[in-house]
Amino acid sequence: MLRVRDLAVSFATRQGVLRAVDGLSFDVGRKEIVGIVGESGSGKSVAIYSMLGLVREKNVTITGSVLFEDREILGLSDRELQPIRGGSIGMIFQDPMTALTPVYTVGWQLVEQIRQHLHLPKAAARQRAIELLGQVGIPDPKSRVDRYPHEFSGGMRQRVVIAMALSCNPRLLIADEPTTALDVTTQAQILDLMLKLQDTYDSSIVIITHDMGVIAEMAHRVVVMYAGRPVEIAPELDLVRRPRHPYTWGLLDAVPRLDAKNERLHTIRGNAVSPLDLPPGCAFAPRCDYVMDQCAQRPPLRGDADHVDACWLSDAQRVTIRQSVEQHS
Amino acid sequence: MGEVVATEEHSTIDLTGNGVTTARGPESPWRSSLRQLRRNKAAVAAFGVIVFIVTACLLAPVYAHGIAHENPFASNLNGTIRLGHKTVNVLQANTQGLGLGVTPIGPTWHFSTYFLGADSQGRDVFARLLYGGRTSLYIGFVSAVICCVVAALLGLFSGYFGGAIDWLISRLFDIVWAFPIYLLAISLSVVLLTSGINVLFIHLQPGSLFLPILIIAAVFVPYVGRPIRGLVMSLKQREFIQAAIGAGASDWRILRKEVLPNVMPSIIVFFPLMVAFNMLTESALSFLSIGVQPPAASWGTIINDGLNLLYTRPWVAMAPGIMIVITAGALNVLGDGFRDAFDPKAKLRGSI
Amino acid sequence: MFYFVVRRFASAVLVLFTISVTVFLIFFATPGVDPAARIAGRSASAQVLAQVAKEFGLNRPLPIRYLLMMDHLFIKQDLTSYVNIGDRVVPQITQAAPITLSLVVGAAVIWLIVGVLGGVIAAANQGKFIDPFIMFIGIAAVSVPAYWLGEVMNLLTQSKFHSSIFAWVPPPGYVSFTTSPTEWFLHLLFPWLTLAALYAGIYARVLRAELVNALNEDYIRTARAKGLSERRILFRHALRCSLISIVSLFGLDFGALIGGAALLTEVVFGLPGVGMLTYTSLQNLDLPVIMGCVMYGAFFVVLANAVVDVLYAYLDPRVRLV
Repeated sequence: MLRVRDLAVSFATRQGVLRAVDGLSFDVGRKEIVGIVGESGSGKSVAIYSMLGLVREKNVTITGSVLFEDREILGLSDRELQPIRGGSIGMIFQDPMTALTPVYTVGWQLVEQIRQHLHLPKAAARQRAIELLGQVGIPDPKSRVDRYPHEFSGGMRQRVVIAMALSCNPRLLIADEPTTALDVTTQAQILDLMLKLQDTYDSSIVIITHDMGVIAEMAHRVVVMYAGRPVEIAPELDLVRRPRHPYTWGLLDAVPRLDAKNERLHTIRGNAVSPLDLPPGCAFAPRCDYVMDQCAQRPPLRGDADHVDACWLSDAQRVTIRQSVEQHS
Repeated sequence: MGEVVATEEHSTIDLTGNGVTTARGPESPWRSSLRQLRRNKAAVAAFGVIVFIVTACLLAPVYAHGIAHENPFASNLNGTIRLGHKTVNVLQANTQGLGLGVTPIGPTWHFSTYFLGADSQGRDVFARLLYGGRTSLYIGFVSAVICCVVAALLGLFSGYFGGAIDWLISRLFDIVWAFPIYLLAISLSVVLLTSGINVLFIHLQPGSLFLPILIIAAVFVPYVGRPIRGLVMSLKQREFIQAAIGAGASDWRILRKEVLPNVMPSIIVFFPLMVAFNMLTESALSFLSIGVQPPAASWGTIINDGLNLLYTRPWVAMAPGIMIVITAGALNVLGDGFRDAFDPKAKLRGSI
Repeated sequence: MFYFVVRRFASAVLVLFTISVTVFLIFFATPGVDPAARIAGRSASAQVLAQVAKEFGLNRPLPIRYLLMMDHLFIKQDLTSYVNIGDRVVPQITQAAPITLSLVVGAAVIWLIVGVLGGVIAAANQGKFIDPFIMFIGIAAVSVPAYWLGEVMNLLTQSKFHSSIFAWVPPPGYVSFTTSPTEWFLHLLFPWLTLAALYAGIYARVLRAELVNALNEDYIRTARAKGLSERRILFRHALRCSLISIVSLFGLDFGALIGGAALLTEVVFGLPGVGMLTYTSLQNLDLPVIMGCVMYGAFFVVLANAVVDVLYAYLDPRVRLV
């Protein structure tokens, strides 16, 4: 369905070349949910936006290959991308408060998208809009369809955005931190909604988040990113049970546990690296507790068929390290 | 939208022994704004133009006495000048039409004398242009300073203290602003110019330049004051102010240390624009003879002088207008540059 | 919404009242301004002065004079001029109003079209040559004193090129539409262009800035992700959101101009509109006429302010909750 190979996005700035994404490769299969997880600034959003031509800065260079349903979409013009955007690929954005145009009603904006791709007459499009609002859980859709975005709460607005993204039956749904701006209860509802809809519409989902909890809830497979580079790609269960990369360890260990004794929360030491100043070797080396001389060379993504990681540690070393960590916690 | 992170502060730890990358210290926002301003070529060019014009006008006496050897304020009806070998009358008898009256000479294009010709009183237009520039720039600049200072203070107090003070100041703004600007300026000028001001400690003679300065400054105070008030009101909601209040800082301290530095960029952005507006307003008032009064000259009065000669000696009226356009234009470009560098979100109207 | 409108208009009335008091005080309460001397002439005898004062009620206390003037101006509408004795103020204004209206409406049409086009083209082509070019013209337009531009226009059309390119331009003055539409048009053409130049510059710059801001907003990114064409995004989403401030700006400008703010243009081109009337009355210190003109102008400014506030609520649904 989606094949990303060696995607690289860099910006030419006054302070130098800023590599936001550096060699990202992953696949998304039919009806599969892939989660992309990483800290702020890890390049996850930029990667996705660049795939759809949504990065409008003039100083950007995008290289690599993105095959959507066997068609190269990287480098297509706006006009060529129009049927794909919103039609075959739907997008959900992070901040529901600013994602909708404030001067048009919710129904108008839904209808606009529906008519752009499905070419339905106005009345039919409006009907479909009302249906969609109902499906995403908006009460009383018949009257709410004529309301303005500011008349909805954050959670409701995000549902509207989801409705818009799904309105034309996209084969791929991309969600950029869809629940970050929402409270926990709403977050759970939204995620449930997305799972339900994915089932109904048979679409694949790429979900970007910094929250491992969301990953655990949703993803079939996970791509862990650091400093614009993929550091581990694995099925979700594998990642949680047998994580291989020290960064993944850090992320997993940082999740507070109910059964832990009173202890300080684990953190990954150091600060996030600046994309302007990536070290020549492994990007995570400055913050890694297990750094070796070899880490001055950038480790390639390697491993088994479906579980790869970018680290020089051997399996034996990993087992030892994790065992000792477990003993101390 | 991509996350373009422009860090101003970071350090990298050297692991591999390949040399330490230098750590850059944090850069103050003022310094980075100035740097951005310097890179803005249009703004730098505009600044250069303004400096050039200001210097030239300040050197007016040097020109008038040192180079042209004349007094541009004295009538020179019977004067003569030397052009090459000939001696030419400054005011020449008309030969066309009915042959009545006199016409001043046109531009001689000799830098040393009557470069742009003479006006109807036989005075050197170019020299008057320089002197007029001094007056116009002086009025524009000083009234902009007064306007910005007063507006900033009123905006600060009004926005920060709220309540009755805010109500009073806002109504004041409303009333002044509800007048069509020209109308208010003209009304005040008509009334005050002949009588001067003798109120409390302010004593101004009818001919004083401070009359137009104060009137123009007063008229524009709401223009700057209202946005400042809005800014202060929204700043007050921000966490760092709340934190300062919570820490027990006094109001004066908060105003001085927290609010004022955050309001300064907006004021700086307004300043060149206000100089431009005020200059334009002064020229309009002087054109209507209710601004700068003779014997003083400003670009507006010279345009007025040149009206009668518009069809015969157009340069008298054209030259000061061109100067106004260039100066106000450069100020506008500089203002745009300031806005881009200091406060990109400022919503500035283009003109009055 | 209804209460919002009512409150808005009530405060408008209050502001008008305050303006009338302020103007009255400026002209009557400022020491050194003696209306009697103005009317009777500089070298009038004390007797004549006393008589004039009595006739025009200038010896009454200030509040009474104010009320009298307001009464004559609004209720009885028989306020007469100090200078042209016997001429009523209100008819002078009503006669001058259509001329100002012709000037302002024509100029408004021109500046809106030019300004909006300029702003849209500049914003849509950010970074390319045409963008700074349009902005440069915009800055130039804003830096030109309107009256000087008018004089330059006159210079070109009446004198320098009068015999060649601009032979068809009539001399300054006004011809009413009913007398001769062509003449009306020709007489107003250059005044329109002069007045429009300044405002077109402002509007192009403001619109471009608003559009550029709007285009950076999140909802534009959403619109693009919906698969809409760039043109639709620009016009239906970005422009629609930017128009709000343009419309409010226009309302304020239009109101001020109708009320006589174009006085310099009228004077330069010899159009006997409200602005010209204000100007001559100010020169002659013809206080009743000044009062009438200022109230007329202020009325439109205040009305425009109120209308714009209400219109803003209509255009921007977010404001309506307030």
